[in-house]
Amino acid sequence: MRKNRFVTGVLGLMALTTLTQCFTDKQNQGQKLYAQHCQSCHMEDGSGLRGLIPPIAKADYLQTHRDELACLIRHGADGPMVVNGIEYNKEMPGVHTLRPDEITNLLNYIQTNFGNKNERYTLTEVKGMLETCPVPYE
Amino acid sequence: MNYSLKQSLLAVSVILTAAFTYSCQSNPSEKTLPILGSREPVERVVNGETIVDTVYHQIPDFAFVDQDSQQVTQETVAGKIYVTDFFFTTCPSICPKMKSQMLRVYEKYKDNPNVVLLSHTIDPAHDTVAVLKDYAERMNVTSGKWHFLTGDRDKIYDMALQYFVGVQEDAQAEGGFAHSGDFMLIDQNRHIRGHYHGTEAADVDRLMQDMDILLKEVQHEKK
Repeated sequence: MRKNRFVTGVLGLMALTTLTQCFTDKQNQGQKLYAQHCQSCHMEDGSGLRGLIPPIAKADYLQTHRDELACLIRHGADGPMVVNGIEYNKEMPGVHTLRPDEITNLLNYIQTNFGNKNERYTLTEVKGMLETCPVPYE
Repeated sequence: MNYSLKQSLLAVSVILTAAFTYSCQSNPSEKTLPILGSREPVERVVNGETIVDTVYHQIPDFAFVDQDSQQVTQETVAGKIYVTDFFFTTCPSICPKMKSQMLRVYEKYKDNPNVVLLSHTIDPAHDTVAVLKDYAERMNVTSGKWHFLTGDRDKIYDMALQYFVGVQEDAQAEGGFAHSGDFMLIDQNRHIRGHYHGTEAADVDRLMQDMDILLKEVQHEKK
């Protein structure tokens, strides 16, 4: 009897953990994608690498090039780029496998963390941007 | 990371662990750093008595070219301590983190004439002097302090072995090369005195503490 109750308790806890895990997974998708695809170069705190990899933290580029960021994430970047007054020129690989909803979550995470307080994106908006990515990217 | 690299890394960690364990037997009141690597007893006879000397693993002579096309050899680091690592400029995985940590070391010791930093590229075909020059200039670091080294590919890979750093070309790895993110600390006699995870801030803190200990040793020897 006592053992039964214990088993039920454990099963209940496991179910609860699994369920909450699912929800947290979704909620932190932007953060997880950042850790997976961006962090090794742009760093945990978004500071980048001095002179070589532009920062994400408090980067003016996020606002001045807001409409290009979805394509930038998907297709990467090449050639010079000025961020907070400093010129960078290093190739950034794109993440071609990301879906529009994932890119939306990632962008919203970037735009509202690392000291950034920028406007969020809607999924429709990001989808629209991805449909009109400049051709030379590929 | 493929099988043979894993194996060599394992071998290296066994050697290093052994060296660390051995070093723990020294007097704890006065902190000194262990000498890592293999050691051999060498006997010699002085005045009829047999004396046993220990010969430690020593980094052999080397000659590479830095971002200013200057030759960098054992003479460059003579009487100095140095930190060394292996990387490549187009590396998308651990190198940016290694370099941001090495920048911390650079900033702390940039005015100390007894400290040198040597970063070897493991992709010399791409990382020419010009590429390394651009890399260093963008990071705004002084050539005389932090040398970015390129040269003959095989010689660079041989040196990595001497430093116990695992490197190899690997089409499966991100960027085409597999390598460890180790920072190695080398003393004024070209003995390896410590290894650190170059991607972890806490371990690089430990490196800088060890450098301070080693610098005292250098001062002591110079007196």
